[in-house]
Amino acid sequence: MSEGSEARDAVGDYKAGWHDPENSTIRFDFGLSEKVVRDISQIKNEPEWMTEIRVKAYRHFVERPMPTWGNTEELMEIDFDKVCYFLKSSEGIGSSWDDVPEDIRNTFDRLGIPEAEQKWLSGVTTQYESETVYHSIREDLEKQGVIFLDMDSGLREHEDIVKKYFGSVIPYSDNKFSALNTAVWSGGSFIYVPKGVHVEMPVQAYFRINAKNMGQFERTLIIADEGSSIHYVEGCTAPTYSTDSLHSAVVELLALPGAHIRYTTVQNWSNNVYNLVTKRGVAHENAKIEWVDGNIGSKLTMKYPAVILKGEGSHAEVISVAYAGSGQHQDAGAKVHHMASNTTSNILSKSISKDGGRGSYRGMAKVMPKAENCRMNIVCDALILDEESRTDTYPTMEIANSTAHCEHEASVSKVGDEQLFYLMSRGHTEAEALGMIVNGFFEPFTRELPMEYAVELNKLMSLEMEGSIG
Amino acid sequence: MSNDDEAILEVKGLKVGIEDTPILKGIDLRIPKGEIHAIMGRNGSGKTTTANVIMGHPAYDIEEGEILLDGENLQEMEPWERSRQGVFLSFQYPQSIPGLQVGNFLRKSVSSVRGEEAARGSDFRVKLNQAMEELDIPKSFLSRYVNDGFSGGEKKRFEILQLMLLQPRLAVLDETDSGLDIDGIRTVAKGINSVVKGTENGALIITHYSRILEHVNPDRVHVMIGGKIVASGGPSLAILLEDNGYDWLEEQIAKGADFQ
Repeated sequence: MSEGSEARDAVGDYKAGWHDPENSTIRFDFGLSEKVVRDISQIKNEPEWMTEIRVKAYRHFVERPMPTWGNTEELMEIDFDKVCYFLKSSEGIGSSWDDVPEDIRNTFDRLGIPEAEQKWLSGVTTQYESETVYHSIREDLEKQGVIFLDMDSGLREHEDIVKKYFGSVIPYSDNKFSALNTAVWSGGSFIYVPKGVHVEMPVQAYFRINAKNMGQFERTLIIADEGSSIHYVEGCTAPTYSTDSLHSAVVELLALPGAHIRYTTVQNWSNNVYNLVTKRGVAHENAKIEWVDGNIGSKLTMKYPAVILKGEGSHAEVISVAYAGSGQHQDAGAKVHHMASNTTSNILSKSISKDGGRGSYRGMAKVMPKAENCRMNIVCDALILDEESRTDTYPTMEIANSTAHCEHEASVSKVGDEQLFYLMSRGHTEAEALGMIVNGFFEPFTRELPMEYAVELNKLMSLEMEGSIG
Repeated sequence: MSNDDEAILEVKGLKVGIEDTPILKGIDLRIPKGEIHAIMGRNGSGKTTTANVIMGHPAYDIEEGEILLDGENLQEMEPWERSRQGVFLSFQYPQSIPGLQVGNFLRKSVSSVRGEEAARGSDFRVKLNQAMEELDIPKSFLSRYVNDGFSGGEKKRFEILQLMLLQPRLAVLDETDSGLDIDGIRTVAKGINSVVKGTENGALIITHYSRILEHVNPDRVHVMIGGKIVASGGPSLAILLEDNGYDWLEEQIAKGADFQ
């Protein structure tokens, strides 16, 4: 069987599973070494301090053992020697879609990015393999001083800001995969919103892996200065291959006093991608950070968007949903640290498991001794669609201040035959009925999405429910 | 029989069980076009099973007999196919679907049952508004989730709202009157009448009480005991039953009484 037809066969219901022929301009050999790390830095012509951080991070990565929690079995399957750590497919970054190589442009066309850009976005950046291939921002925002760049350009053009904040929220030593990302990072977004500027329409980043056995390590840093606000939306897809790819991003958010950052993710990697991501934000006085995090695809996701409530009166909101189908494990959750008084947090986590899939909620909520009058509310709901599927909850709470007010609710439910019968009696097929129940279950998440994303997600979930009915 | 083709619903010799326990022990029922029939009976007599089996509930096994809608056998049809064919069931215990908005659900159901055209544009909206007004349902209802947190009365009104929008050939109402006050019963009856009266559609009303029947005037009343229809008659049968009780009726039947 030729490689092409093998890939097509594996695509199945996954609509983004096609791949383009690989036309790389630079492609590293498989495997990781200090030389690979230095070469990446050199190709990018980086300042010395960045090369040094990369090398330190690489050494830490080598020494650091794999996590002993999460899906340890799957983690041990990752062969770091069979990953391509850098692949460049395009010379430079297009600011018009006409400047983007045709194959790549067609891919983003099929994914509907240029159309969305025209309709409802303030800016767009698209990453293909290791580097950003297209980037644009609305002129009026640029005039207001909003910086929206890919991370590599960010480092070149705003070295002082990057140097100040890079790794300040998530140091490379945080965990094995933050070390890996820091060592080999490429692409991602760099955003700075000046004081008091409100970016009304969302900015979007889209990440596409095309090559086989690819590693994508984007690095994102968003700084919202005092009293400003921004909504960042990211999506991602990859071709379906029979071998695995690795996506390991680091995202750092800084919400300065009174700022508001909303970070929305709709993750729809193909089922051969390891998605091991560290996301964390620091909220200063009266700032607000929201993670709206949807995980539909990937083979194994381990991701726990975190907020450090550093300033008094700051607020964290983490809404996450996960769908685990056949061969998938979504180990997702949230982490909130209440460091200051009068801080509040809401965590809502919803997972669906089906066809033997596994959904886990892993949460950490902490109140530090000096943080008075903190409030936290945690709700975890799981929906299991069949006997083969599995859900687990691992909630941890460490409350070191007696004035804290905490609520925690968890529920596990199954789709009832009577619910299905009721919907079918209204003319809906079993698959449609299941789609309605599932989309209803995800509704508290979906309603937070930009409308276009919500519609797509509902379609996606309805599609997942088809073909599964015996 | 020459008037076979005039019946909306025909149930012939229906025997039904669930996990080897017989529930319906040979039911015959015929509802001609434009007629409203009622089935009365105590709890556990097989009324709800009859309703569920007509709609195609997967838990029941049909051992013998057949169910015909407009002469067409429903046996091999899934519940959704029966619905599109014109069967509607108003549930005794409507299920809640958290996250599914009423307005959205109604539009999708109308589209599935009556076709996309019927669910489109102002025509749908006008009908929806009219029906909601008739049933005293406020506009805010549309953004709530299907049966989620509804009171007993709201659930029943919502079933009737669906009935009015789906305009079925045959409406089966399983104790839609139970738990309703007199105003609620009147409203529900108004809804039933609006889809059957003066049309060629039919309805089967399953109830414990004769009260709702005062407002819908059934053409026939059937009494079910122990999985069988033991007596059938005109509307006066319901009143007789209400006045004297099921024990009395059983005695009368034992004596060979005929309520035709």
